[in-house]
Amino acid sequence: MRPYALVRGRTRPSGEALDVIAMVHTLGLPTPAGPDLGPEHLALLEHAHTPMSVADLASRIDLPLGVVRILLGDLRDLGLVRIHRPRPAHLTDVRLLREVADGLRRL
Amino acid sequence: MDFDGSDQPVPDGGELGSAPVAVKISIAGGFGVGKTTMVGALTEIQPLRTEECMTEPGAAIDHNDGVENKRTTTVAMDFGRITISSDVVVYLFGMPGQSRFWFMWDDLSRGALGAVVLADTRRLADCFPAIDYFEHRDTPFVVALNCFEGVRQHELDEVRLALDIDRHVPVVRCDARERESCRDTLVTLVNHSIDMLEAPAPAPSGTAV
Repeated sequence: MRPYALVRGRTRPSGEALDVIAMVHTLGLPTPAGPDLGPEHLALLEHAHTPMSVADLASRIDLPLGVVRILLGDLRDLGLVRIHRPRPAHLTDVRLLREVADGLRRL
Repeated sequence: MDFDGSDQPVPDGGELGSAPVAVKISIAGGFGVGKTTMVGALTEIQPLRTEECMTEPGAAIDHNDGVENKRTTTVAMDFGRITISSDVVVYLFGMPGQSRFWFMWDDLSRGALGAVVLADTRRLADCFPAIDYFEHRDTPFVVALNCFEGVRQHELDEVRLALDIDRHVPVVRCDARERESCRDTLVTLVNHSIDMLEAPAPAPSGTAV
């Protein structure tokens, strides 16, 4: 199946586009029955039981980023996942940057 | 669909609903300069790859003779991950070098802590677009000269002059195949980002010295 058929021709997610490093976390709620969720939605829910980035998820289920963002938008709208956006404040947090520099030095 | 349990999970922050802080570093530079190699040298997992579809009519600029009416191209993006602690994860994104994929740069580098611009002294001009890009967005960056074997190592100051970049921008040598060398380049970048935060705001007139 062509990737964009999975999302019924949609090219944009509902709401704001998700950053590639936004962290997705499945909330563990019962999955609603019905036609709304396809196997790809369920695969995303499965993979995101541990918080996982949008980029990681796209790589895991081997679908284009654009498609994965749309599927994740669906899951968000259904209240099945929590999405942690990267915070701009982190980029000006010197303490965090020092932690990153120290961590890299240990590699 | 892959449901196997072999995935290496990103460390959980603990309580339900928490997630590690993810920070992004862009790896940019011209086509074939070594971005994928650098991501591969640094990442703790095998370099991951994801794809994006390009839907513009591409036949005219792709020069793929004999393929008429080519409508979609898939561009592969390499990315890697470095776990700093249970709370902090660094993501590395290789930014596609070919000009027809530049439209993706915003998406991949938005909110980046900084960028490594890889340069090859034999094709120095190939990194100009990346330098322009990060300069205009005030994103901290370092220029890393990828030292290919058999290439004369130009003096760093010579390269800095040729690139016409501010003197506060670090210019370093790097071997994209060597983990330690790539790591040092990232440390230089993060330290540079810290310096930029701690530096006094530039004068409004903006004359660089």
